[in-house]
Amino acid sequence: MTDAAFQESYTTPDGRKIGDVVMEMKNISLRFGGVTAIKDISFDIREGEVRAIIGPNGAGKSSMLNVINGFYHPQEGEVWFRGEKRGPMKPYQIARQGIARTFQNIALFKGMSTLDNIMTGRLIHMNTSIASQAFWKGPAEREEIENRERVEKIIDFLEIQTIRKTPVGSLPYGLQKRVELGRALASDPSLLLLDEPMAGMNVEEKEDMSRFILDVNDEFGTTIALIEHDMGVVMDISDRVVVMDYGAKIGDGTPDEVRQDEKVIAAYLGVSHD
Amino acid sequence: MIYREVGDFKTTYRADGQTFPIRFDRWRYYAVLLVAFAVVPFIINDYWLNAVLLPFLIYSIAAIGLNILTGYCGQVSLGTGGFMAVGAYSCYKLMTGFPDLNIMICVLVSGIITALVGMLFGLPSLRIKGFYLAVATLAAQFFLVWMFNKVAWFYNYSASGQINAPERTMFGYKITGAETSAPVTYLFCLVLVVILAIVARNLTRGHLGRSWMAIRDMDIAAEIIGVNPLKAKLTAFGISSFYIGVAGALLFAVYLGAVEVGEVFGIQKSFLVLFMIIIGGLGSIFGSFAGAAFMVLLPVLLKNVLVGTLGWPTDIATHLEFAIVGALIVMFLILEPHGLAQLWRIVKEKLRLWPFPH
Repeated sequence: MTDAAFQESYTTPDGRKIGDVVMEMKNISLRFGGVTAIKDISFDIREGEVRAIIGPNGAGKSSMLNVINGFYHPQEGEVWFRGEKRGPMKPYQIARQGIARTFQNIALFKGMSTLDNIMTGRLIHMNTSIASQAFWKGPAEREEIENRERVEKIIDFLEIQTIRKTPVGSLPYGLQKRVELGRALASDPSLLLLDEPMAGMNVEEKEDMSRFILDVNDEFGTTIALIEHDMGVVMDISDRVVVMDYGAKIGDGTPDEVRQDEKVIAAYLGVSHD
Repeated sequence: MIYREVGDFKTTYRADGQTFPIRFDRWRYYAVLLVAFAVVPFIINDYWLNAVLLPFLIYSIAAIGLNILTGYCGQVSLGTGGFMAVGAYSCYKLMTGFPDLNIMICVLVSGIITALVGMLFGLPSLRIKGFYLAVATLAAQFFLVWMFNKVAWFYNYSASGQINAPERTMFGYKITGAETSAPVTYLFCLVLVVILAIVARNLTRGHLGRSWMAIRDMDIAAEIIGVNPLKAKLTAFGISSFYIGVAGALLFAVYLGAVEVGEVFGIQKSFLVLFMIIIGGLGSIFGSFAGAAFMVLLPVLLKNVLVGTLGWPTDIATHLEFAIVGALIVMFLILEPHGLAQLWRIVKEKLRLWPFPH
């Protein structure tokens, strides 16, 4: 535990303001039958920070994200979001609270174009009635155009203008990851969960993706929680890091502190038993 | 050469989002509408009306309906025949119960009743998917047909168990009953088809359509971006059943005039409409029309060629038709799962570049 974790709010060396706690996980335990995926984990995410969750394969990182966006319901523990304890909620209700995510294995809508995929991110902001949708002219068309303008800003931001009308199934992997980030961003989330945003990318694509993540955090003020295996990237872009191993938390702190933590080193590099 | 988007610049999102972004497509669409409304009614005769045009128009509505559910929302349904029966019997009860009610209103209210029934049978879709949902809708099919046979109230206790459409007029023209004139019934159905097709297009291009397609393509991701699966699936079931109900009402009241439920709205009807959207193209309004045209025209064509020209017995021609349709379904599923609509899209793609290869 670090001192930073107990401070109210602070400013990072590069001048970003880190605010209060927005999301707090208290003593979360998650079991699937006899398998314990998460064992009594507590940590918090602060407004405006880039929070990384790392750990070896099978440590329970993705399960943790699934708990945060309501896809799994932990048997024990509480999730607090913006000062309120979360009751039993469906994933789509949590999405409407401003929590968006991307997936480890790309989960785009294969039958739709890039533009339509990103437009689905705006669904939570679109609510004209079926009758006006059927008539189209008037409210429905206005709503469509307003949301299209917002989506076009994201398309510009992610530099994917040329593939706007391309079906996503035919795009290369790196671009699909980018489109998925666009879809998550389109909902204007306050908390963005990224599950291995750089898995399977080459160095250049990783650099692009890191830049987008930092820009999202910086320009939109979005809080980001990400899972990533590339330690170089994690240590460079995150403010604080949670380390998990076998479902338990073994470390929490700034990248420098985590790097020097003996338990973390043991989990990643192994220790000699003599 | 004329099929180009070059030089046709879109400066607003409104222009970019229109149904036919390419100018030539737009003209072709207006031309088709003009021919359908201003030319066909003057040259139509009873043979063309009953053999080709009326079934084509009515099955187009049913195919659009099933396409909304199966093609856009990804929920397989084998209950189409049963839902068409709901439309037909609602229309019959409305026509006989309220003789002064306008026939157009009868047809539309039948659609609304079918929509409610469809949503009821759509409730299991929340829990079950794919084949299991297909089987659940199959149960709806058999239950509804059984119910319309069993409960005499639905056919007004008539001795034959049939329902017969009484005579109704609109603006002084006979729409249903005996001795209707071909142009009138044709125009009545055409107006409904055009309006319903435009509405379907509007529904599928807005946020409702996107939430359906999101559920179809990946339901878990859809839920996590904020789509309420219950709402998306039930609206799809409701709107789809509305279309199918209207088609059933028209099939009974305008086209056939007299209906025996097991004969007309049996399981074969469910498969017929399903084949239309598979051959025509899942997730495409144009595909619904193409599939309906194909399935309506093929038997007429085969009959004319095999029986009329070659002099084969009718039963052999009918069986050959089954074989051909079956082979085509298999062929389409293997070679072009997106159906005639995709073939049409490929042709247009080629046309844009013609006469150059790249």
